Amino acid sequence: MTAVLALAACTQQTPAGASPSAAASAAAKRGAGGDLKILYWQAPTILNRHQATGTKDADASRLITEPLASFGKDGLPVANGLAAEIPTAANGGVSADFTTVTWKLRTGVKWSDGTPFTADDVVATFTYQCDEKSAASTIDRCEGVKSVTAKDANTAVVTYKEPQPFYYQWGVGDAGTILQKAQYANCLGAKAKDCAADQKPIGTGPYKVREFKAGDVVTYDLNENFRDPNKPFFKSVTFKGGGDATSAARAAFQTGDVDYAWNLQVEATVLKPMAQQSSTATLTTVYGSSVERILINFSNPDPALGDNRGEPGTKHPFFSDKAVRRALAMATDRNSVAEQLYGGGLSGKASCNILTAPEPMNSKNTDGLDICKFDLNAANAELDKAGWVKGSDGVRAKGPVKLKILYQTTVNPVRQKTQDIMKANWEKVGFQVELKSVPAGTFFTNTSPDGANHFWSDVEMFTNSGDPDPTSYFVGWTTKQMTGKANNWQFGNYHRYSNPDLDAVVDSLRKETDQKKRNDLAIKANDILVSDVVVIPLINRTFATSGVSKSLKGVDPTPWDSEMWNIADWTK
Amino acid sequence: MATTTNVRVGVLPVSNAVRPPRSLWGDAWYQFRRHKLAMAGLGVLLLLVLGTLVGPFVYRTPINVIDFKVAIEGPSPDHLFGTDDLGRDLLARALWGGRVSIAVGLTAVLIAITLGTTIGSLAGYFNKLDNPLMRFTDLFLSLPILPLLLVIIYLFRDTLRAAFGPELGVFIMIVTVIGVLQWMPVARLVRAQFLSLKQKEFVEAARAIGAADRRIIFRHILPNVLSPVLVAATIGVGGAILTESTLSFLGLGFPPDVPTWGRLLYDAQNYIDVAPHWAIFPGLLIFLTVLSINYIGDGLRDALDPRKSA
Repeated sequence: MTAVLALAACTQQTPAGASPSAAASAAAKRGAGGDLKILYWQAPTILNRHQATGTKDADASRLITEPLASFGKDGLPVANGLAAEIPTAANGGVSADFTTVTWKLRTGVKWSDGTPFTADDVVATFTYQCDEKSAASTIDRCEGVKSVTAKDANTAVVTYKEPQPFYYQWGVGDAGTILQKAQYANCLGAKAKDCAADQKPIGTGPYKVREFKAGDVVTYDLNENFRDPNKPFFKSVTFKGGGDATSAARAAFQTGDVDYAWNLQVEATVLKPMAQQSSTATLTTVYGSSVERILINFSNPDPALGDNRGEPGTKHPFFSDKAVRRALAMATDRNSVAEQLYGGGLSGKASCNILTAPEPMNSKNTDGLDICKFDLNAANAELDKAGWVKGSDGVRAKGPVKLKILYQTTVNPVRQKTQDIMKANWEKVGFQVELKSVPAGTFFTNTSPDGANHFWSDVEMFTNSGDPDPTSYFVGWTTKQMTGKANNWQFGNYHRYSNPDLDAVVDSLRKETDQKKRNDLAIKANDILVSDVVVIPLINRTFATSGVSKSLKGVDPTPWDSEMWNIADWTK
Repeated sequence: MATTTNVRVGVLPVSNAVRPPRSLWGDAWYQFRRHKLAMAGLGVLLLLVLGTLVGPFVYRTPINVIDFKVAIEGPSPDHLFGTDDLGRDLLARALWGGRVSIAVGLTAVLIAITLGTTIGSLAGYFNKLDNPLMRFTDLFLSLPILPLLLVIIYLFRDTLRAAFGPELGVFIMIVTVIGVLQWMPVARLVRAQFLSLKQKEFVEAARAIGAADRRIIFRHILPNVLSPVLVAATIGVGGAILTESTLSFLGLGFPPDVPTWGRLLYDAQNYIDVAPHWAIFPGLLIFLTVLSINYIGDGLRDALDPRKSA
């Protein structure tokens, strides 16, 4: 109990909805602070958000360039970007059929080079980002966007091809960065590659680049042309990259060398005492939609099938029996994993929902399900009933089919221990489990036979998360999205799961415009996936897990946007 | 006079019959036994090998029973080496893992030595083969190891896994890969020794009385090359044990639940301040193994050195 209390004290959970800037800005004066030291254990290599290859690049660019608006904690936009106000259906900014969104932009905003910002810059960003030849890493935000046009100098209109329930898809949040038209005029299409501007973009954000050493460090000076005369507080920022998560945690909690240390993915048993005993920093976390899950393969991954291995249309030898899937879920001890490996709320909590946020879409129906409770006896009974008989080796079989599972995930100490815990329990009910770990770089590709996309194993485990609107997230389980050779393993349904009921729910989710009904549909989709044991959700992981200096104020991560989303408000 | 001669003639055969002819290995063993550190090393190594082979049958605590109630506990009567963060018994894991690690170390080095000695002696002895074989060695030395490993594993993992099962299949793969990537220094060493030894008088003498190449290589030169090879081998064992853990680290080695010594160390690294016992015991075992093999190598080198035993 003491440990829990101490932990609660250490984990600073800022209340949702609190205005992050109100308290900070009162005392703040532009440039009054010294140098802000940020440590990312992965180093940024590019500063153009639309060419970013990882969070490190995206976050480093967020100090310089801004989106129209940021995503707040509830998944709704906050007007701390280039938009003067958030367009909604109520204020007429969003058309009744959800196809056009009219953004009123702030007036008098200047780029850091002193030139005025206009709606033309917004249009130019769309032209750049959504041209396939630019190979922007954010091009998924362009899907379904018909056009972005300038109605006048301070009004931009985003038009979607069809009614788009997630009408904040383009221009908002982490991937919504607006670039300067003039600077990127010569970087359109195929010329986007090797564009010099990517190393030193001109932005409207609170800071501008002084020096950028790719793969090492970015130093920023405050932007004198920033629209708020009192911000930013720090005169300069040093954004240092490199090292590993453990040493980053030490730098924040033990030596106090840095003000902000990002993504401290360290085993809870190590991180917990470090954070509790620290006099220099606190652990700041926020929960979002990141869920560590176990995926079940519905296709047959047997190498003997040759070219047909794991293709849609093949049937898994034993996971096609729902009783086996149910038994596997019942023998899954997510509470021990949460308690022992994620520090019981330190960096994750047990979840039996595959969609955990936004809160109104978080299903309350799964808690009561038998498959969400760890119960080895029930799992054994389920398998007995379905006719899977234990052999002399303790492995259950039906005819020639044995319950032999190959269980793959990435190389990561926490995941390997999760595998160990799963294996121990699953083997108790008569599965035989072989573990495999693949380096993350190989695992998250569509090219490797060891990858998550090919899914040439029986179960696999990783974390995924959704947008504030879950439509595109659930599309990843629809029949049309079954991954395979035909689409070069680029589609999202790695399970090769096909269920007309789910397809129908996702179809309605695409069209439904009433928010209340949308919430119900999302919950329904979640419940189908969980109760049909397509996926076994394990842990709702914290979205941000950062070490923040005790003297640093204003840090308030949201699960839907970059951790740097409100860096203009940070003070000391 | 004749009597005395007779007596002497009579005595000599008798003394010959009592004292068996001295052989290279007999001599070496005689010398070796007098090398205290080498004998100690041999004793420790035998103990370790026996411990890992027989240990799991005597010490019957299972290696994979998870019990969070005893997670990260130091050594106690229940768990002599303590437990890891899932509450698994580290002594049981170390004993079990020792089998894999020692087997990997010895087998991989055996492969490396065999390959290296063969190629080195051929290159050193036959002038015609020297250039092609040494360029071949250079080729191997310049191979980028990581991409090569990825290719090998991509090509053979599933085949070996299907043929021998996940553990034996990976064992064969890893041992071969480590062996095949470690023979080059040995080959260079052996070649250099051959080049200098084949000019020596005793080799010329052997050649002069008509000894065949094969006999010269095996009887006359190789025994003299053994000492550097053995030293290289002893260093290689430790290297191989550590390479195995590197491979596991990259996800290319044994399945992650096989507790090799390297894997135990890797798992323990972040806990070094909260649970030092976790890293110390496997580390100590690797250290003892490598050290004892080094001393054995030392003893063997001294024992096999003709100048020293003279």
